Amino acid sequence: MTRLPRPTHGLILLLIIALAVASAFPLVWMVLSSFKTPEESMQTPPVWIPGSLNLSAYGAVSEVIQAGRSLWNSAVIATVTTTGILVTSLMAGFAFAKYRFRGRNALFAVMIATMFLPPIVTLIPLYRMVSAMGFSASLVGVILPNLANAFGIFLMRQFIAGVPDDLIDAARVDGASELRVVFSVVAPAIVPAIAALALFAFVYHWNTYLWPLTVLQGASEDYPIVLSLGRLLSYNRGAMNTPLVMAGATMAVLPPLVLFVFLQRFFVDSMVSAAVKG
Amino acid sequence: MADVRLDKVSKSYGAAEVLKDIDLSIADGEFVVFVGPSGCGKSTLLRIIAGLEDLSGGDLLIGGRRVNDASPKERGIAMVFQSYALYPHRTVRGNMEFGLKLSRMSRAEIDARVMRAARMLQIEPLLERRPSQLSGGQRQRVAIGRAIVREPAVFLFDEPLSNLDAALRVDTRREIADLHRQLKTTMIYVTHDQVEAMTLADKIVVLHDGHVQQMGSPLDLYNAPANVFVAGFIGSPRMNLIAAEAGAERIETGVLGSLPLPEGGVPAGPLTLGIRPENLVLGAAGGAEAQVVLIEHLGDEILVELKLADGQQAVAKIAPGLSLTVGETVTVAPGDGPVHLFDAAGRRIAGPAAKS
Ligand SMILES: Nc1ncnc2c1ncn2[C@@H]1O[C@H](COP(=O)(O)OP(=O)(O)OP(=O)(O)O)[C@@H](O)[C@H]1O
Ligand SMILES: [Mg+2]
Repeated sequence: MTRLPRPTHGLILLLIIALAVASAFPLVWMVLSSFKTPEESMQTPPVWIPGSLNLSAYGAVSEVIQAGRSLWNSAVIATVTTTGILVTSLMAGFAFAKYRFRGRNALFAVMIATMFLPPIVTLIPLYRMVSAMGFSASLVGVILPNLANAFGIFLMRQFIAGVPDDLIDAARVDGASELRVVFSVVAPAIVPAIAALALFAFVYHWNTYLWPLTVLQGASEDYPIVLSLGRLLSYNRGAMNTPLVMAGATMAVLPPLVLFVFLQRFFVDSMVSAAVKG
Repeated sequence: MADVRLDKVSKSYGAAEVLKDIDLSIADGEFVVFVGPSGCGKSTLLRIIAGLEDLSGGDLLIGGRRVNDASPKERGIAMVFQSYALYPHRTVRGNMEFGLKLSRMSRAEIDARVMRAARMLQIEPLLERRPSQLSGGQRQRVAIGRAIVREPAVFLFDEPLSNLDAALRVDTRREIADLHRQLKTTMIYVTHDQVEAMTLADKIVVLHDGHVQQMGSPLDLYNAPANVFVAGFIGSPRMNLIAAEAGAERIETGVLGSLPLPEGGVPAGPLTLGIRPENLVLGAAGGAEAQVVLIEHLGDEILVELKLADGQQAVAKIAPGLSLTVGETVTVAPGDGPVHLFDAAGRRIAGPAAKS
């Protein structure tokens, strides 16, 4: 590793700390507020530390919404969608990177172009398609159109292009089918990219709001946690119960956070091995 | 074990015809080396045999079976790549097992084969390491090991030694020769190193311009090159090719004096005379004059680059002892060894003409 000159080093460190504090602030505030009593949360000047570890807001969440059910719905949506995206992106990315076929570049360009369409533009047509297929007001409808994703295909293509052709040919000579080549030889060679895509996709589809709201049409037992949070906000007829909302929000951010901590290993690993290889 | 036959095999990439009507027959157990300049299609031909590339025309038979449309697996081949192409995330053992596992072989059989190959290649202590923890030479052995465990009918090698340093290359070359002796499996080996070709091959196939220029034993190619291309390609330093003219009585070179016509005669007209560097004699009385351009001392011999009277270049390989300086003029003449004659189209004519 290159050593930076001391003053620069300190400056960068300072900047990183400032950024970390700034981004951690709302999270910390959220977690702390979830333990407050409604009165504590309303005080001016605001109090940081709640007087006692008050878990009643967490209990209250489950009285207003089916928190367990919502978390489960979110998990199903995010996990199935992410898995789908990984599978389709790897396969399509492999084809774009390694197969020579007529119209490859044109097809790729069209696909990239779809990345620039604001999702709001496709919301209604997509909904009509899903409902025409009979999947409105169901998790299937929420998941199905998101199983393939242009950005994922693009990302996988870029990384797979860097995998040596000989490696792929060696696997073919060893008797691997094309699917086997993709999942047993190519995928392990680009683990950091797959981990990154998995994380992005999971967080995105865990947090996505508009699409499930449109598809589920008030079928609240199928609501993912972010939609249910909305119901927490409007509970109590406008007089917001801050600890209640914050408790719900804390429950909602926890799973993606855990996933990040778990996947982080792959990012750090890849950086270390890159450093060793020089 | 299998023989390999190519029947008018051709290959085009779009409009570019890389291989044209290649006919080739490789006997069971034979060690065949493809040589040729860069870009002549050696790798393409090998990859066609492997099934990694479709052929545009012709037939390919392995073990008497037509395999034009068979997958690599169905062909019973194994291939060693120039870049080794080891699976980076698998251990050495994992690399060697991969193909066997895919063919659903029993655990016991897999272990037995891996151990046998590992012992043969002396890589047993490395079995649990990853490719990134191996030296280039060790990686090469693992790549060969991965091919051996599959017990293929045909081994394919694409320049397997070109990423090794000179000393290791010599050792590994010898090991590959040993391997062939032990396994007696058909091997097809691509290289552009003609020393590898000469030392390993039962049969050399010289490729150029999409055609097989000549095939035969290393000595056949060396002693009787079929055309000027092979003459220039086989042998190091390369054979001197000098423009000459066949007369009624003798062959006139202008720059190296004249030579008698070979038995059976030669049609009158322009031709090319081929003389290997070791068959040029310097400093003899009665030779033609030439200027010394460059002297390379190799220890046991000296390479002398000459500029002949009309500006043509020639190289002579001589024993140490003669003291020469760059720029000096020496006499040069053909020695007692064979010379080669090629017609205006570059094809070999007659046998070697002897010196008068
Ligand atoms: N995928 C391809 N598309 C177009 N042309 C190709 C392709 N692969 C190879 N070629 C062309 O085919 C010719 C033969 O290539 P090949 O790799 O077989 O050469 P080679 O004899 O192995 O050369 P080298 O000694 O450099 O490895 C080259 O002119 C190359 O440009
Ligand atoms: Mg090649």
